[in-house]
Amino acid sequence: MKSLDVLQVMVQFESKIWRRVPLILTSKTFSAAHKCWLAVFLLVTLFSQPAYCQDEATTFRFDRINALITVIIFSGAVLLFTRWARQGKPLFLRKIPGLEAVEEAVGRATEMGRPVLYIPGIEELDQMETIAGISILGRVAQITAQYETPLMVPVRYPLVLAAGQEVVEQAYIHAGKAEAYDKDMVRYVAGEQFAFTATVNGYMMRERPATNIYMGAFFAESLLLAETGNAAGSIQIAGTGRPEQLPFFVAACDYTLMGEELFAASAYLSHEPIMMGGLKGQDFMKILIIILILTGIILVTFTTGAGETFKSWFQAV
Amino acid sequence: MVRTAIPVIVAFITGAAMTVAFFLNEKTPFVGQISEQLLDWLIIIGGFTLLLGVVSILRVSWQSVQRRREGWVYKIATIVSVLVMAIPSLLPVSWSPLFGRFEGSIYDWLFMNLQSPMMATMFATLAFYIASAAYRAFRARTPEATLLLITATLVMFWRVPIGEALLNHLPGDVPALVNKYVMNGVNLAVQRGIIIGAALGASAMSLRIILGIERTYMGRG
Repeated sequence: MKSLDVLQVMVQFESKIWRRVPLILTSKTFSAAHKCWLAVFLLVTLFSQPAYCQDEATTFRFDRINALITVIIFSGAVLLFTRWARQGKPLFLRKIPGLEAVEEAVGRATEMGRPVLYIPGIEELDQMETIAGISILGRVAQITAQYETPLMVPVRYPLVLAAGQEVVEQAYIHAGKAEAYDKDMVRYVAGEQFAFTATVNGYMMRERPATNIYMGAFFAESLLLAETGNAAGSIQIAGTGRPEQLPFFVAACDYTLMGEELFAASAYLSHEPIMMGGLKGQDFMKILIIILILTGIILVTFTTGAGETFKSWFQAV
Repeated sequence: MVRTAIPVIVAFITGAAMTVAFFLNEKTPFVGQISEQLLDWLIIIGGFTLLLGVVSILRVSWQSVQRRREGWVYKIATIVSVLVMAIPSLLPVSWSPLFGRFEGSIYDWLFMNLQSPMMATMFATLAFYIASAAYRAFRARTPEATLLLITATLVMFWRVPIGEALLNHLPGDVPALVNKYVMNGVNLAVQRGIIIGAALGASAMSLRIILGIERTYMGRG
């Protein structure tokens, strides 16, 4: 098929989608969330119609269709499990020892009369790991508020400072301890990576916090922080999505959350069925990927053409 | 109610628009630039919030000095450092070549001769921390720890020239085997497993935030 023919097919395909829009929006088969997604897609596509007049003939990136299929399956799985969780269906989640230990570690700090140190990584707020770290901070702050344990949260970026202060304040209000909240619990210490590390290490050695929690994106400073905390005799719980830093945390910390466990932590600690539905959707996707990998291994090992086609499709996703 | 609803709506619209834009032509007016424009906004907002950071560090340090808390003398050093680095760099170069952030300015001199060596020193101490952490991790107390010790010793030998030279005396191409089975085999497989898991976790969390299921990042359950 010539490239011009392919483009005509694509344009026809788009017009077919547009004709079905009113039917989908009025149909009772689709949920409100699905309709919202479609509405946003349509709004953005409406703005993008002039693209037909430019170099490219189609608005939609057909080279990314594989990624779109993955997104649709993934979103569908998450939404489906969330709906089941809403309906009260029991969902099994394996225990994560590092998260089970959070309350115990804060309790230890309370008994010892020493503070809890929480570091939400050293990256900006546009990183998912930092958002995960901030989310877990809210849960930790609720526990420290209940136990009236001092909390110290040093941050490296002002945006993280603003978000962290808001989260901790809300946690203290939620725990009914608004008067115990101090704005300087979350503080900006330094913008430079090693200046930040030096400040936090100094704090660890002077104040000797009973519990150190590291949740977020870490780089070369991971071992500097964790080893200092270890030397100070603190219980340490770490979590990061960066595989190159995990060995350092495993060597120096009591508990380590690896990769996906960090992102699951806020949902896990919330004990809310709706949030846990998202985790089950994630598990479903993992099973699907395992099946795809096994299929790929078999195809690549025992066939030639099919194996290569499968490999290229899977690599593109 | 409004304090919760507005951020959720903003998160939904921006998240959904950026997801949809990923699947549309980059040359598309408005949509093609959504991602870049939002990142520009982040830089602008970040610039404004920098003031928050400076106020925070000065307030906390000043309170320590006022109340004569333990180590308050070091807080004076912090305040002086912030002011000495910040003020001359903010003043216009037209007033004096010592101002601004160009070569020969006070800021440049302090950065090159104080800040940079101090950061390098901190980074260099990592070697000692690695040694102490490795000693603890590689103690052969269990069969798994023994396996880790043997593997780590092989990898470390493979990584240094003298070790490679010694390994070459053994029968078979040991460095190549270490590279093939340990680094590109077991190690890479585990790393990829963690990366796939983390990517799925991040995607699931993004989806929860976009759909308003997860609100913990705003301090609301």
